[in-house]
Amino acid sequence: MALLDVKDLGISFGGLKAVEHVNLSIEKGELFGLIGPNGAGKTTIFNLLTGVYQPTCGTILLNGNKLEGKSPAQICRSGVARTFQNIRLFKKMTVLENVMVAFHNQVTYSLLDGMLHTKRYRAAEEEVRKQAAKILEVFHLSEEKDVLAVNLPYGKQRKLEIARALATNPQLLLLDEPAAGMNPNETKELMDTIQLVRKQYGITILLIEHDMKLVSGICEKLLVLNFGTELASGIPEEVLKNPEVVTAYLGE
Amino acid sequence: MIEKIREKMTGRNRKLMMIGVMIVGYIACVFLAEGNLLNRQMKSLIVPLGINIILAVSLNITTGFLGELSLGHAGFMAIGAYTGAIFTKYVTWLSPFPAFLIAILLGGVMAAIFGVLIGMPVLRLKGDYLAIVTLAFGEIIRSVINAMDVTGGAKGLSKIPTYTTYTWVYLVIIVTIVVARRLLHSRQGRAIVSIRENTIAAEAMGVQVTRYKILAFAIAAFFAGMAGVLYAHNFSILKPDTFDYNKSIDILVFVVLGGMGSIKGSVIAATVLTILPEVLRSADDLRKLLYALALIVIMVYKSGNGKEMISRLLKKKEAV
Repeated sequence: MALLDVKDLGISFGGLKAVEHVNLSIEKGELFGLIGPNGAGKTTIFNLLTGVYQPTCGTILLNGNKLEGKSPAQICRSGVARTFQNIRLFKKMTVLENVMVAFHNQVTYSLLDGMLHTKRYRAAEEEVRKQAAKILEVFHLSEEKDVLAVNLPYGKQRKLEIARALATNPQLLLLDEPAAGMNPNETKELMDTIQLVRKQYGITILLIEHDMKLVSGICEKLLVLNFGTELASGIPEEVLKNPEVVTAYLGE
Repeated sequence: MIEKIREKMTGRNRKLMMIGVMIVGYIACVFLAEGNLLNRQMKSLIVPLGINIILAVSLNITTGFLGELSLGHAGFMAIGAYTGAIFTKYVTWLSPFPAFLIAILLGGVMAAIFGVLIGMPVLRLKGDYLAIVTLAFGEIIRSVINAMDVTGGAKGLSKIPTYTTYTWVYLVIIVTIVVARRLLHSRQGRAIVSIRENTIAAEAMGVQVTRYKILAFAIAAFFAGMAGVLYAHNFSILKPDTFDYNKSIDILVFVVLGGMGSIKGSVIAATVLTILPEVLRSADDLRKLLYALALIVIMVYKSGNGKEMISRLLKKKEAV
């Protein structure tokens, strides 16, 4: 059984069909790329998968469990985490605190524990701090752990978003243009980190990207969208040779 | 290893320092209240000042931590005040100490319950809409109290036992500040602050936004309710008009002036703005005007524009 199984997914805003008849099947451990020109509906699909929008038709199954109809917080708890195209960090919290928020559902001490600083509270907080620090280390953010997120340089903000998403302990990680606005060197470093994380944490990744070269370099499978519908899907070599895909990207 | 020990030490030292500050603060209170330093008029300010600190710190949980503007805080204070006063007035068989302790807790709990009840529909709104609706609820609470028999209606409640002492107020202040501080360092508090910082991202990280908004609202209401009980047992009379929206705005001014999210700021602002009108009493007719003027000056200066404005003014003069 596929980890994520999307069938006939669609959403309309008024008369506009933003996404239509999209099918997607991602196996556990895969690195899957979602590409397409601007306005093709890539981010809309992310919003559908994470409960920000409710689909008008179709089904989304994660390990055979329905995701549609659930709230974003519930979907996060069932194992899907995401980053945002336009970075959404907790700006006036420190880098460490940003990651600690993501551990919210993995610690369970009560409000009273927190007020009385019980043993349970102290043990849980220490564990969260340790785990968060570990994730920051993977992303080379340890030195900045006490810096306010807003004061991080752009590239590190992008990394912190991924670190934060990873801290929710997801099975499926959705990355929305993780390399947007980065120079080639930063992009390469980021992609290496993503590969590393994938191996280390054994998670499945669905990635939106503009840069064809980059996508074909690291993704094992691709889905190309255009005007909200599927244009092609399969392994990168074949998909990128597809004349329809070439037309959508380069024009006739 | 050495670093670890040092870290632990500073942690413990900070705790000791905090306890020290608490004790010194209390001793200062005793001196001010019992000594000859202050005249009677100033002494009578000590309790209201403390109550204002509690109100400011508690509203800061909604406005500063959660980041939602609430204009109905006086409503929760009213619920606590009337609950506590009715309790001590009718439960006369209890001796003062347990009666007052129960009254304070009861007032807080009742206010918190209303915080949850009002929060459930209201907190689905955001920003300006939320502010307006909290304002409306604050007024509704006052009107309902005005219309009820048990509260004495518009005439108010009188002959409430005057149990409130500066010691009680001081204790409640300590509890309020400790809870507010510890909240910030708990997972619940982090969830609340993350909602302020970015609601969509908070939700995507698994934070149940509505639940934590209501939690913040309820905790703030709880302490406002306790402040209300202290207020009721200070003057021995209660009138619904005390808790109109002007009171809510006054509390909000403490919070904004002290800095959103800053507990220390709330304490200082509440202190300064409670004493200021009394100091200005000698100015008589000009009092309100001077108070407003002082507010504007402090606000402009605090926002960081003050220095800029002054330097710009000076520059203009030079240019001429």
